[in-house]
Amino acid sequence: MNISLNITETIQEWLIGFMPEGVASILGMSIVALIYLAIFAVAGLYLVLLERKVAAWFQLRIGPNRVGYWGLFQTMADALKLVSKELTGTVKADKFLYNLAPYFVIISSLMALAVFPFTKEFQAFDINIGIFFLIAISSVGVIGILLAGWSSNNKFALIGAMRSGVQTISYELSIGLSLLTMVLLTGSLQLSEIVETQKEGWLILQGHVPAVIAFMIYMIAGTAETNRAPFDMVEAESELGAGFHTEYSGMKFAYFFLAEFINMFIIAAIATTVFFGAWLSPFGITESIPWLGVFWFLGKTLMLVFLMMWFRWTFPRLRVDQLLTLEWKYLLPINLVNIVIMAIIVWLNLTIKF
Amino acid sequence: MSYISDIYTGIKTLLTGMSVTGKYFLTSRKGAITQQYPDNRSTLKMFERFRGEVVMPHDENNEHQCTGCQKCELACPNGSIEIIWDRGIDEATGKKKKFIDKHIYHLGLCTMCGLCIEACPTDAIVWAQNFENSTYDRTQLTKVLNRPGSKVKAGVED
Repeated sequence: MNISLNITETIQEWLIGFMPEGVASILGMSIVALIYLAIFAVAGLYLVLLERKVAAWFQLRIGPNRVGYWGLFQTMADALKLVSKELTGTVKADKFLYNLAPYFVIISSLMALAVFPFTKEFQAFDINIGIFFLIAISSVGVIGILLAGWSSNNKFALIGAMRSGVQTISYELSIGLSLLTMVLLTGSLQLSEIVETQKEGWLILQGHVPAVIAFMIYMIAGTAETNRAPFDMVEAESELGAGFHTEYSGMKFAYFFLAEFINMFIIAAIATTVFFGAWLSPFGITESIPWLGVFWFLGKTLMLVFLMMWFRWTFPRLRVDQLLTLEWKYLLPINLVNIVIMAIIVWLNLTIKF
Repeated sequence: MSYISDIYTGIKTLLTGMSVTGKYFLTSRKGAITQQYPDNRSTLKMFERFRGEVVMPHDENNEHQCTGCQKCELACPNGSIEIIWDRGIDEATGKKKKFIDKHIYHLGLCTMCGLCIEACPTDAIVWAQNFENSTYDRTQLTKVLNRPGSKVKAGVED
């Protein structure tokens, strides 16, 4: 089978055939962006469905099973309902920022998707500072949350947004440092090169002990970064209503909701790329069929998404002070020591390579 | 060194929790407790102690066990039970005797407290397990518990 997976180039070459090069490249980018938007809007909806099903199984329930076979169209129906709902707002809301906030959140999470190597060459944007780009983009989303909480003119929304600020900015450090630990192994920030180095064994094996510690720290910090339980200080149904999106309804609410699930996918996808060899199959069993890489990538990512759901439905919630204690007194010092250990391992060449 | 042991116990307890929920996840197929209600109407059986509504069981001879003592009427805190009674001649002994004409039960007033059933000395009224009690007209919620033509079972009053 010979499917051309390099979509950006394929589309651009096809467009150059009948229009000038400048127009073709801009149009090509737009088409790729639209394809990604369509795919991940639907994928986000199915992540919501997966979350609800997994939650149901953890709680010995059945989950949505009425709309379509096995409830497959449940979230589609929900999305249609949200589209048709009225967009409400508070009287003294800061209208401009209030309307802008959801787009900040959804656009920042969609932008991060561009750099993932779903399989060899199936990567919209192979930037040479990939990891850095991901860390930077994922912290832009918190601006949207802060704006939403501030402009809603609602005390609960503001408290939720401020908590989000505290939480995201703290845990950003751990995400960055744990990814940096792995960058010591790869020697490159470019995602395609990180995948190349993993052909000698996934990084979590290459780096053994410090890599496993880095992975654990990354998953904890990643769960906190996406504002999911047990770190859902931001939405805190029990004490803050719905937190920063209390005043949002309809499609604007849906953007926040979708962004949360796409963020979860992104966190899992970064972990897949950096720790588990992205699209590489275990022991290279399907190396001859390049398009199967998509299957491996999505499979590994969904396993990690499942792990995050498992966290959510197992652990009790933390208080704000416990949240900050965990980050500043435990994760951060461990992470700093871990980087030193990893540096020594790389320096003495103690990595495991096949 | 409590710092390191804290981390160790922390991770250990978290993993214990995850193994518990993981077991639930794996066995959820067998143990799903959800009742898919309108679909399983024919097989759904409510629990014995479920309080649906008060009924008066009758046997095959159309006989009930209510002596008309009115203890249930007195026990009811909000007047859901109303007993219309009369005196007549007992055919067997020839003495004057109290018997019920109508045992009226207002389901719309009932709070399912169960005091009437506890008060009943002859177990004439019991809980039924039906729960689909909604009607289009509230007059249908006023029920006469004893069937027309029924009489008290012989020997209950002794």
